[in-house]
Amino acid sequence: MNRTEILVGGVGGQGVILTGILLGTAATLFDGKKAVQTQAYSSEQRGGMARAEVILSSEAITDPQVRKPDILIALAEDAVIRHLKKIKPQGLLVIDSDLAQEVKPGDYQVLKVPATSMAEQEGNIVVANLIILGALIKKTGLLSVPAMEKAIEVSVPPKAKALNLNAFRRGLEFKI
Amino acid sequence: MKGKRILTGKYFMMGNTACAEGAIAAGCELAAGYPITPATEIANRLAERFPQVGGVFLQVEDEISAIAAIIGASWTGKKVITATSGPGISLMLENIGFAVGVETPCVIVNVQRGAPTTGMPTAGVTGDMVQVKRGSHGDYEIIALCPSSPQEMFDHTVLAFNYAEKYRTPVFILSDAFVGHMREEVVIPPPEQIETVYRKLPEPGTDPTQIKGFLDEDVAPMPIFGRGFKAHVTSSCHDEYGKRNLSDVSALDHFVRKLSNKILKHKDEIIRVEKNYQDAEVVLVSYGAVSRAAAMAALRAGEEGLAVGTFRLITAWPFPEEEIEKMARKAKKIIVLENNLGQLYPYIKAAAAHYADVYFLPPRVLGEIHDPENILKKIREVIQ
Repeated sequence: MNRTEILVGGVGGQGVILTGILLGTAATLFDGKKAVQTQAYSSEQRGGMARAEVILSSEAITDPQVRKPDILIALAEDAVIRHLKKIKPQGLLVIDSDLAQEVKPGDYQVLKVPATSMAEQEGNIVVANLIILGALIKKTGLLSVPAMEKAIEVSVPPKAKALNLNAFRRGLEFKI
Repeated sequence: MKGKRILTGKYFMMGNTACAEGAIAAGCELAAGYPITPATEIANRLAERFPQVGGVFLQVEDEISAIAAIIGASWTGKKVITATSGPGISLMLENIGFAVGVETPCVIVNVQRGAPTTGMPTAGVTGDMVQVKRGSHGDYEIIALCPSSPQEMFDHTVLAFNYAEKYRTPVFILSDAFVGHMREEVVIPPPEQIETVYRKLPEPGTDPTQIKGFLDEDVAPMPIFGRGFKAHVTSSCHDEYGKRNLSDVSALDHFVRKLSNKILKHKDEIIRVEKNYQDAEVVLVSYGAVSRAAAMAALRAGEEGLAVGTFRLITAWPFPEEEIEKMARKAKKIIVLENNLGQLYPYIKAAAAHYADVYFLPPRVLGEIHDPENILKKIREVIQ
């Protein structure tokens, strides 16, 4: 796997950082790859800007910052406005189409997932990020499904495990 | 005590968490602190883990109390740590000078953030690089390490304890929000592979009045409280026995020189740098997270056929002046990269400028790590 840069953008409370942690955990602990995850957020606990950056690679990772994301995951409209200009040519934009409006066409692919409404059907909109992750893994095969599932199991509180796993699996079934 | 002290294994771990685990692995038994972004995760982890493995975390009313508490605990023979950010260090400076003056082993973590004043808590900016060396009043030496990854947050914290104990001095970890909050693979080795050092103590039963417990360039044994040593610990100018002397300037000269020489005499054992500049025309000098962008830039420059090397300061203090001079004699051009407006640059320039041209490059935006593309642009510019 070549160096792959992923930027996850959204607002505080959507699980932006957790999305990054899950990718990094799956890659390093369960998929034999290297990963660096960094983050930026404003001081508000909820509602403020939040961003997670993840770099995945088969090789050791030197530069730890995402420069031009191969994959931009926008969990909120704000993230499209902030980050779309950084996406690599022919990159992949993944949006929660319930929250992010139409994006203008450009030199990138767009994967639209109505993640919030799908999460609502699963019982809680907070797992919209897991729906997105499922759809992303189905679309790209970036990491293996078992590695992602193990990462979810070790990263979320025990009582939330089933909810998160179900949401991830629901995302895997999303028709692309 | 049901928990394991050393969590041998492989983790995808945050830098601040790895720092706390490093402290526990090094044998730390007491931490005191006051929460502050972006350092709080260190306190959280220690507060959670100490009750499991034997140890005490004190949340105190402010950073002045935090540093005072760890100095006191160190004098009872415990290995101690506090973690904060720049605003906390500003409050601690008076007592940091005290810890230096009475030769107290302790580890102080500064997870640096956007400053001055309360600045921007979640932005990583290495703006306190000189503060740790020159912040408290008077002439003194300090030891400071600059980790660039979560693994080094673990490794450097263990090393910091070893330096603190060996040289009886405060040792700084100069991290920043970027590295402190970074997650990456962290391997915690088995206990037998983690070297730990404990301070020298006087022989039990020594006549308390005969203990030379201070001001030895080869580090005096520490007459800790509770073992019958009856030491006099004073911040005022004192002699080897801890006896005050406020009238004789030669006593002051002795006090200042012995304290400084205790570090400087051993600087070859303390200083650590990472060198990769053989046959390089241009050398990128950096530390912390920036050194990782520098490594990427050097690699790309090599692909363009440019002879670019790297030099990384692992210890910012004591300053690796001789190593930099040695490098400058071989290089033609040196580019100093810092995530600030040039804090170590004057020191690097002073050591290098006699032999090579020295340039400075900050990141495009403070708080971001230099884009390797911009470093490349600067390399091409200075080669012209």
